[in-house]
Amino acid sequence: MKRALVGMFIACVAAIMFGAPLQTFAQTSAQTPAQTPEWQKIPIPKLPPFKPEAPKRIVLANGMVIFLQEDHELPLIDGTARIRGGEGNVPAAKLGLVDIYGEVWRTGGTRTQTGDQLDDFLEQRAAKVETAPGEDSTTIDWSCLKDDFDDVFKVFSDLLRNPEFREDKIEIAQKGLYDAISRRNDEASQVAGREAAKLVYGANSPYARHPEYATVAAVKRQELIDWHARTVHPNNIILGVVGDFDSAKMEARLREAFGSWEKGPYFKNPEAKPEPAKPAYYLVERSDVNQSDVQMVGLGTTRRTTDYYAISVFNEAFGGGFSSRLFNDIRTTKGLAYAVGGGIGTAWDHDGMLRMIVRTKSATTFESIQALDEEIAALATKPINDEEIKRAKDSILNSFVFRFDSPEKVLQEKMAYEFYGYPLDFLETYQKGIEQVTKEDVAHVVAKYLHRDRLAVLVVGNPAEFDKAPASLGAPNKLDTSIPPPPKGLLPEQPGSGAEQ
Amino acid sequence: MRIRNISAVIVLVVGLCSFAVSQDLASFEKRTTVKKLANGLTVIICERPEAPVFSFYTHVDAGSVQDPMGKTGLAHMFEHMAFKGTDTIGTRDYADEKVALAKVEEAYAAYIAERDKSVGRDDEKVKQLEQAWKDAVAAADKYSAAYNNEFGKIVEQEGGEEMNAETTWDETAYHYSFPINRLELWAYIESERFLHPVMRQFYKERNVVIEERRMRTDSNPVGRLLEQFTEEAFVAQSYHRPTIGWPSDLNTFSATDAQHFFDTYYVPSNMVVVVVGDVKAAEAMPVIEKYFSRLPTRPKPDERGTIEPPQKSERRVVLRDQAQPLYVEGYHRPDFRSPDDPIYDAIEDVMSNGRTSRLYRALVRDKQIASVSEGFSGFPGNKYPTLFAFLAVPLPGHTTQEVGDAIHAEIERLKKEDISDDELKMTKTRAKANLIRSLGSNEGLAEMLGLYEARYDDWRELFRWVDRIEKVTKADIRRVANQTFVPDNRTVGIIEFAGPPGAGAGAGAPQGGVQ
Repeated sequence: MKRALVGMFIACVAAIMFGAPLQTFAQTSAQTPAQTPEWQKIPIPKLPPFKPEAPKRIVLANGMVIFLQEDHELPLIDGTARIRGGEGNVPAAKLGLVDIYGEVWRTGGTRTQTGDQLDDFLEQRAAKVETAPGEDSTTIDWSCLKDDFDDVFKVFSDLLRNPEFREDKIEIAQKGLYDAISRRNDEASQVAGREAAKLVYGANSPYARHPEYATVAAVKRQELIDWHARTVHPNNIILGVVGDFDSAKMEARLREAFGSWEKGPYFKNPEAKPEPAKPAYYLVERSDVNQSDVQMVGLGTTRRTTDYYAISVFNEAFGGGFSSRLFNDIRTTKGLAYAVGGGIGTAWDHDGMLRMIVRTKSATTFESIQALDEEIAALATKPINDEEIKRAKDSILNSFVFRFDSPEKVLQEKMAYEFYGYPLDFLETYQKGIEQVTKEDVAHVVAKYLHRDRLAVLVVGNPAEFDKAPASLGAPNKLDTSIPPPPKGLLPEQPGSGAEQ
Repeated sequence: MRIRNISAVIVLVVGLCSFAVSQDLASFEKRTTVKKLANGLTVIICERPEAPVFSFYTHVDAGSVQDPMGKTGLAHMFEHMAFKGTDTIGTRDYADEKVALAKVEEAYAAYIAERDKSVGRDDEKVKQLEQAWKDAVAAADKYSAAYNNEFGKIVEQEGGEEMNAETTWDETAYHYSFPINRLELWAYIESERFLHPVMRQFYKERNVVIEERRMRTDSNPVGRLLEQFTEEAFVAQSYHRPTIGWPSDLNTFSATDAQHFFDTYYVPSNMVVVVVGDVKAAEAMPVIEKYFSRLPTRPKPDERGTIEPPQKSERRVVLRDQAQPLYVEGYHRPDFRSPDDPIYDAIEDVMSNGRTSRLYRALVRDKQIASVSEGFSGFPGNKYPTLFAFLAVPLPGHTTQEVGDAIHAEIERLKKEDISDDELKMTKTRAKANLIRSLGSNEGLAEMLGLYEARYDDWRELFRWVDRIEKVTKADIRRVANQTFVPDNRTVGIIEFAGPPGAGAGAGAPQGGVQ
């Protein structure tokens, strides 16, 4: 939120596409012009073979997995350690614990140096050592000029092994979270994203729940220390290093630093069973918008399924970029929205979210829902056709090189496979899988995953300006997004205002 | 301003590192080729053979500042139209479509002439004319409906990545990446796009852009504040006007206007095309020249506009909104050509870069009254006289007054005392490292080379900037702070939480943001 806000301040631009382009492609048009268009006459030579160097994988006796990826273009060395266990694993009464941990791990300093001292030391070298919270993991990483590696790596290792979690920084982190909580209803899109996740996974799911004032206030320093002791063991760590170094020397260095570190208990993420809300129409009312955030949501699946290839092709054809049906029909032809897209979501280790979104003016809210309904219905009557399949596959395969066109990307892919227990050649398998997808495969995943009657419809918008709702949608289930008030005395009161909520 | 991170580039005084920067420049000299084509277009090729791909960046030196009066949003609207194809891409039969599109324009002109009459408007006639216009649109659409978004489809199907474009007050940019075997295909379609753009499906796309405005500005509290703030800070200069456009203008301008904007500003001498990636200049330049030299030479547009008069009194906008409080303020400063430009960037860095920065330490760490506080050396742009802006996000229970006062206290320190040796050194080291970090991607390099070439007529300025910042002294920082950060030169923008309209007295409680 804070980043987004600052980002917005910097950017202030207008663009052709919204946000990060969803991966996608394809549409329904058929006629080829009588003559071969000029652009098709341009020769496309064969792409030269390109197989990027795979990172060297090392497993220490204590279970720490290390990837080393040399990249000598620039005099930099960067590293990231990903550690199992995240916010998804904390008890409901302590939500926010890992968010605080992920900040104070760094700001709280080490046993021998305060966080402020680390700030000075690192900034003098224009280097970074940062820690961050995550849903299923936490990370600690560094970035430095290679000449500063010794200095910076020392800080990294010290922070990894000996963090102090000083009280004064816990307080700052808690206040930051109170601020984020107080602002979480400021932007309609943020509300829509949060409420959609609750509808799909259930309000108590690790993929949907969020901290409140009281749960943040309940977090104590000892719990951060305990969290660190529980999770930060070599056998829970995947460390990736990329940059201008010699792998043999780096390996020796890391073995020296971490080889004698003793194993601890392995952290296993418990499975979280989704508890989806009943498929119905849900409404969050706001009077400060002239546009509705419409989301149609349900459960997707994981990337482990062999359906993943057909799903990728389908998503490309149905809801991604300029070529997709949603873009062409709802944006280009009907002019109903700037932001429109969607598809069957896939996550690494749990079912992703199946989601279609349209942001449209209040007065075309239901017209847009109707348009989405028609798109879903059309998948049965006018299934994704050969031309769309070809476009989608071409798009994925022709742009495939961009998945590994830098050593950093290669490293990140491999680290993700390692973390989630995927085969390290997953990307190669994926390419072959995409090549083999047929029209029937796509029809199969549509039939299997995309059912209108299983989707919840969420609207965050201004009902005073809405068009007429179709009877079929039913009465809105109004969602209460009000923020539970802070425990008495937790926050300073502003002069001249009451504390009532 | 989008080059702010890069333009804060400073060299370290000591041996190894300053060597590294000149080494970078030397290495780029060897790998970078510039050619000005006969039609005035500047082409830059930078060889970076890391993977068989390339990125390009087309920089057009015209942004929303060039929007004609009464037609705000037109530069951005044209940017959208640049994805609508050409006379050969996106149409069934252009000869007939052209006739149909001309009829749309005729019908639209007749419709808005009647619609916008202040005296004697005939509502029945408006309705008829509107229908006639819509019928004309439907007739024209028949030629292109089966080819919707064909331009984008070609790029995507051929493996294009991250296709997008942006319009700011200062400029418009187009970019994506391709596998290297599509270089010639790219050169063809990218040049076609600016050789034969067709304003088809204009009025539907205009609705898309109006939705973009609703999303970015109307329905977003920060968007609402920044529009009000920017309008207030500039009374005469075109930064006053929002890039996305005002609603009445968006509902008025025509495809003819967009074509006219294109004809005036998309002139080869006003454009820089940069290609970075696995290319050999000797092979790629002739290909690029073959296609791009087809763009016709046209006169360079008149860039003159109203210059903002000096501000003589503090200005203030207060948004009583349903969102939590926010504080911004801005001070007028000169454009990027000012010799003081690097000094502003150094101030930005000292004030707001990282946890050692003054605003972080004062407002976030010590006083604990804000969750974020930063400065921005060029908002909303830098091509024209602009603002040095500050932002603070007050913590619950703390007021915009408190964070404003705390920012002012830091500004006073900057004016009265020299910054420390460590601070100056840190800033320089950081900027140097940031430059190095920014050289590792085709997309980033293409953008920076394009921007610096467009601004300074020489991409090397990206590296030479280092020398300019090298010369920044503590006294410079005090001098510039004293001349810039004065109350009469200040515009303040505030969101105060007011709760939904009609809510009871309690709805204004500071924390909790009941929705």
